Amino acid sequence: MFALANPHRFLSYSRVLTPWAGGLAAVLLLVGLVWGLAFAPPDYQMGDTVRIMFVHVPSAWMAMAAYTFMASASLASFIWRHSLADIAARAAAPLGLGFNFLALVTGALWGQPMWGTFWVWDARLTSFLVLFFFYIGYIALWEAIEDPHKAGRAAAILAIVGFINVPIVKFSVDWWNTLHQPASLIKMGAPAIHWTILTPLLIMVAAYTALFVALVLMRMRTEIFIRQIHRLQISTALDTEAPALG
Amino acid sequence: MDEQDSQRHMSVTQWDMQSPASSWRAFLALVRRDLRLATAQGAGGLQVVVFFAVVVTLIPFGLGPDLPLLQAIAPGLLWVALILASLLTFDRLFQADFEDGSLDGLVCGPLSLEGIVLAKACAHWLTNAAPLIAATPVLALLLNMDMGVLGFLILTFLVGTPGLTLIGALGAGLSVGVRRAGILIALLVMPLYVPVLIFAIGAIEQARRTLDAGGGLDLLEPNALFLTAASLVAGLVGVIAAAAGLRLHISG
Repeated sequence: MFALANPHRFLSYSRVLTPWAGGLAAVLLLVGLVWGLAFAPPDYQMGDTVRIMFVHVPSAWMAMAAYTFMASASLASFIWRHSLADIAARAAAPLGLGFNFLALVTGALWGQPMWGTFWVWDARLTSFLVLFFFYIGYIALWEAIEDPHKAGRAAAILAIVGFINVPIVKFSVDWWNTLHQPASLIKMGAPAIHWTILTPLLIMVAAYTALFVALVLMRMRTEIFIRQIHRLQISTALDTEAPALG
Repeated sequence: MDEQDSQRHMSVTQWDMQSPASSWRAFLALVRRDLRLATAQGAGGLQVVVFFAVVVTLIPFGLGPDLPLLQAIAPGLLWVALILASLLTFDRLFQADFEDGSLDGLVCGPLSLEGIVLAKACAHWLTNAAPLIAATPVLALLLNMDMGVLGFLILTFLVGTPGLTLIGALGAGLSVGVRRAGILIALLVMPLYVPVLIFAIGAIEQARRTLDAGGGLDLLEPNALFLTAASLVAGLVGVIAAAAGLRLHISG
């Protein structure tokens, strides 16, 4: 991890890794979607609406995983003051927001036939809505502060505070109201899902993870290039101005 | 305006003459200075109270003049109105001191940045949250609130608002250089407000049920304890993070 903290080394590694992660994401998405949407058996209770889960569950997981990634990168940036960690956290935020949005929308589409309403103020839905606002606030703070170094530090503080807040919100909202079915994948003993549904679901989770990795790397590379261009512009501007000043 | 500026700087110079050991006196001096500035500004605290009253007055027009309904939703309504009113105030918490350089002066004094945040938050609480709480009984009357429930509502305000103020300080500290930071601060602090609001409403509902059943108030029931815990955690995290945010903006 420390070897990668060098931006040049990061650029050369990520140049190789990005297309591989992207390709893997494309293949897995294709396999997972075709399997999940066309071949997996309908659920005996939910019927064909269970197929929404192949998009919904991985989105929800990735929204949380992206947040964990963001908070870890922020902690690293806060401790070691490395700009690459800032760039990583910044790169992950809009992706997490996107996954979060997808999870909320697919959840609403699933809720309408299953619960008879697009939205209920249930604990999990509510904590996801709060997380959604948190993502927006985080991105807004990055955008609001002009100096990228300061913006990175402030956003890192916010992400760490938010991470402390996540379990508190989770607990308080659970306390407040619970209707969502309990998590059925991570349970002691055998999962409550039949393998014919579980396999394409796990493929979709892998696909989303690969997609996230590819997009984070792409966004980080873009940000590094933008900062390099900016630096070059400043130094050429100084070079052309310097004779006039001297 | 001039008088106000001189007050601001006068206190900063007073500061430098104090010995480093007297941080408690420095703390009180900073609280007093902010209180003086707030009163010199005049209607600051009053404006917030007026906004609070306006929100509460608008609700019956939105929901209809159904007193039993209003009575039922009054605690939540007053809590949300208090949060909305307090959100209006945080963008000014550090802004003026940051812009005219007073904050740099304060940092050179005997107080740590955490102490400065705490002192300014105390003054902010006294000039914003306290008037809101004082105005609550009148508004509760308009909503036909039960007196016992009102007492407990005020109690949850007293326990919850210090936490809310320090979370607001966090939002203000992180965005101190930002122009028109109001909406940004509201967005930043909203997710952090949620637990406090939930436990406060839970505690009030619990109190209402016990009062309806003819029982006495139990201050140690879980909701009330969680509210206290949430407020304390929010306050602690708020002070540390607000100071970290200010440090980052001051250090240039």
